[in-house]
Amino acid sequence: MLVLITYDVSTSSIGGTKRLRKVSKACQNYGQRVQNSVFECVVDSTQFAALKIELTKIIDEEVDSLRFYQLGNNYRNKVDHIGVKEAMNMEDPLIF
Amino acid sequence: MKKLLNTLFVTQPDVYLSLDGDNIVLLKEQEKLGRIPLHNLESVVSFGYTGASPALMGYCADRNISIVFLTMTGRFLARVVGKSRGNVILRKRQYQIAEDEHSAAKIARNFITGKVYNNKWTIERMTRDYSLRLDVNKFKEVSNQLSTVIDEARACEDLDSLRGWEGQAAVNYNKVFNQMILQQKDDFYFHSRSRRPPLDNVNAMLSLAYTLLANDVASALESVGLDAYVGFLHRERPGRASLALDVMEELRGVYADKFVLTMINRKIVNKDDFLRKENGAVIMTDEARKKFLSAWQDRKQDKITHPYLGEKISWGLVPYAQALLLARFLRNDLDEYPPFLWK
Repeated sequence: MLVLITYDVSTSSIGGTKRLRKVSKACQNYGQRVQNSVFECVVDSTQFAALKIELTKIIDEEVDSLRFYQLGNNYRNKVDHIGVKEAMNMEDPLIF
Repeated sequence: MKKLLNTLFVTQPDVYLSLDGDNIVLLKEQEKLGRIPLHNLESVVSFGYTGASPALMGYCADRNISIVFLTMTGRFLARVVGKSRGNVILRKRQYQIAEDEHSAAKIARNFITGKVYNNKWTIERMTRDYSLRLDVNKFKEVSNQLSTVIDEARACEDLDSLRGWEGQAAVNYNKVFNQMILQQKDDFYFHSRSRRPPLDNVNAMLSLAYTLLANDVASALESVGLDAYVGFLHRERPGRASLALDVMEELRGVYADKFVLTMINRKIVNKDDFLRKENGAVIMTDEARKKFLSAWQDRKQDKITHPYLGEKISWGLVPYAQALLLARFLRNDLDEYPPFLWK
């Protein structure tokens, strides 16, 4: 299934930049960055659970926030892209 | 049944593959071409010479993602294999059977039966669908001959005569193969199989399809814990994945040959997609290879109901399903290895 992850990490708080970097690293391990703090991850439910736990541990729930949007398996007709940095689909033929 | 994951094809020669976190990163002259999370990948197939980092190879070997290196023309160079998986008992059983000609023949005949059966039905289906364009009598005759071979192979308990029957079936099948090419007949024809190097367009495509299929089968076998290098029908030879070639027999016609025929008959490829070298070898252009791989990848996503398991799976998982069934047979959970019989 496709999961969209967005985050806000407060960089003005203590250790904020460090958390921001960690969150982006963790997201990158599971999916691709489609915009600055937006990731698209094609994961199964186990991987999704693991990712959720991993990210929750990193952030400071007092000042940061995470949002997960589950787009399911038939996500193709749910995503439109306009403009630069077209993302690739992880389930289409990957030929470089 | 597990989910079929994607395959990453690298078709540019100077791309370096490296690992970053859980991502594979493609670098071309220090410039990032892309990064893909490795959990989305089943295998990586690289045409080119720049290679991959040891860290990436280790990571992939650990997680059962196969990495295969091919030359630009699609000839097999190497496959990265990590620690052996599964249990020793299964592999020991496999070696035992491979040593014993009689029991090896009993499994081998199922591979052959599967192969001939699938080829027969490919022919039957062609006769049914294109009866006005084909020499129906010839097709019926070949189909009947293949039926005889199926019966003979089913009862055969000797490896050498099994090879004989297989050879005879192949000769018969090849006789009508050319007729199954319905479009672009001037540019695509099949007289006989030629390899290293392939000498015509059809053989060039068949070679690439077989290489891709063999790699898929080999990694499927390894992922269930079998040794892809110890075969029953194909005797072991250093560096040859004999068991992969065994299991591949039943899939050649119905998977690879049919794919190549579709590419021609639907005019997805045409004569401009091929180059002839001075020595007569025919190779595909870069563009053609990309078309080929992307169609191959799409084909793998198509769903079928596995004839034995009765489960809906994608074509790309068929090698895995067969590997699983073979392992079950070796563990004595099944009385006989059920070949993939596709009608």
